[in-house]
Amino acid sequence: MRTMKASLLLILVVSLVAALSVGCSKKTENTEETGANQAAPTPIDQSTVATITGKVSYTGTKPTPKVIHMDTEPACAAANSGPVYTQELEVNSNNTLKDVFVAVTDGANNYTFAVPSTAVTIDQKGCRYHPHVLGLMAGQTLQIENSDHTTHNIHPMPKDNPEWNTSMPQGSQPLEKKFGRSELLIPVKCNVHPWMKAYIGVTKNPFFAVTGDDGSFEIKGLPPGTYTLTAFQEKLGQQTMQVTVGAKETKTADFTFKGE
Amino acid sequence: MSRISEHPTPEGAALHRFLVFLSAATLFLIVAGALVTSNDAGLSVPDWPTSFGSFRMPPMVGGIFYEHGHRLVAGTVGLLTILLTVWVLMKEGRPWMKKLAGVALFCVVVQAVLGGITVRFFLPPPVSTFHACVAQIFFSLIVSMAVFTSRGWRSSTVHLEDPWGISLRVLSAASVGVIFLQLFLGAAFRHFWFNVIPHVANAVVVTVMILWTAAAVIKRFGNEPFLKRPAIAAMALLVGQLILGPGAYFLLVAATHDPQPTQPMVSVTVAHVVVGAMTLAAMLVLMLRTFRVVAPRHRTAENMEMARSVTG
Repeated sequence: MRTMKASLLLILVVSLVAALSVGCSKKTENTEETGANQAAPTPIDQSTVATITGKVSYTGTKPTPKVIHMDTEPACAAANSGPVYTQELEVNSNNTLKDVFVAVTDGANNYTFAVPSTAVTIDQKGCRYHPHVLGLMAGQTLQIENSDHTTHNIHPMPKDNPEWNTSMPQGSQPLEKKFGRSELLIPVKCNVHPWMKAYIGVTKNPFFAVTGDDGSFEIKGLPPGTYTLTAFQEKLGQQTMQVTVGAKETKTADFTFKGE
Repeated sequence: MSRISEHPTPEGAALHRFLVFLSAATLFLIVAGALVTSNDAGLSVPDWPTSFGSFRMPPMVGGIFYEHGHRLVAGTVGLLTILLTVWVLMKEGRPWMKKLAGVALFCVVVQAVLGGITVRFFLPPPVSTFHACVAQIFFSLIVSMAVFTSRGWRSSTVHLEDPWGISLRVLSAASVGVIFLQLFLGAAFRHFWFNVIPHVANAVVVTVMILWTAAAVIKRFGNEPFLKRPAIAAMALLVGQLILGPGAYFLLVAATHDPQPTQPMVSVTVAHVVVGAMTLAAMLVLMLRTFRVVAPRHRTAENMEMARSVTG
């Protein structure tokens, strides 16, 4: 009898722990908007602003993209007419890299920048994220859409921001989220479809770009000064470069990543 | 109303069959859980205890099939455990069996809560590892209860002496301990808590202990099928594990840069987990049976004779 009472007591304690865990996890979700840039923007003389352009090259053996097998999910297979390949290392025809996130990571800390009021959109379409790599400022709205005829969950795995994992059934309304702290890069995945991966760069300033089909980037509107420019590639890591720009100047900063 | 006791009864046989069924159901639950981990589907249903905000069946696609399927199997095993507890409380004559049933039910509750925490807190490695370990503890409990209700257990008494070397009681208990440690280290590796080295190092210890224990059984009690069968089973399962373990690791490493879990990797890693649980069960059966029929060292021949005359 005493054992049964002890068991009942333990069950109650465990239930309490469960209830607390649910409560705690909700608190984590609710703190996501803290840390947004609230101070007034620093005035910047637009007549003196500079530009950094460049391209991200690749040397080494060109990787063979792997085919993603979507046959376990009929809605995903039906949404794509041909084979779908991995995006972790996309080498363009001119031996440059696509989807490299390039950002000013130092040199602009004395400035305060207004957080854009427009949202940055990521769409789940064909059981892939579009775009695969994207950037936004801390506190800026990320709008998440689901254009697919299936359920996804969007699950960023940040280190400095609260983690969240939200389900988006077919036809659900766009979801709006914010990251309060700058963080480069936050991996995003869908646990329903494990091949779905994206990366989000959250910055303190508006000086970032993502390379496209020609491997080039352009960062405009920089006040004259010396900056640390960092290029992030999800598989090959990151590289940094010091760049000094004068008033109205356009500087070139090229990166080269070496493959296997 | 008849009560189940140490002596064989039809009630006892029915409970034993139910416990064998529940052991099989629990092993299937371990398969379902291993599939969730190997398919990286643990967070495909982001909420708990509901699935997508309700208790209705969600679309069983992608990772949801594995995660929600695991919850359904777990719920079924939970209900069967409630039934077991009621059955044992009402029909069992042995008080310690009632306690075991209570502990099994408690394990179910703990396991559900650990599963919930692991989902709500995005798979914290220690919690996910303990979730895997409590599964093995629950499985061991149900297997033990199945042994305690078996005809062989109820009709056997202490009748063997073990005066050679390290006693079989110590060997079998140590083997159970190192196998459980191995399952913990394997789970810690699978859930990104530890690296693989402790699991590999302990595999050597497990291999030595199982072979030593099985050899002791064959050498000392080779004509006792009650002990020999689980010893042979443990050795056969060990051979399987020695093939599956390296296979699982190399397939896991090979699949690192694949866009999704590969079928060979999933199959072999799940088989490695399940055969590990079966190895623990085989050695546990051997240990329990050893404690049932092999006299402890301090027991004299006179005591054994007395035991024979009392039970006979």
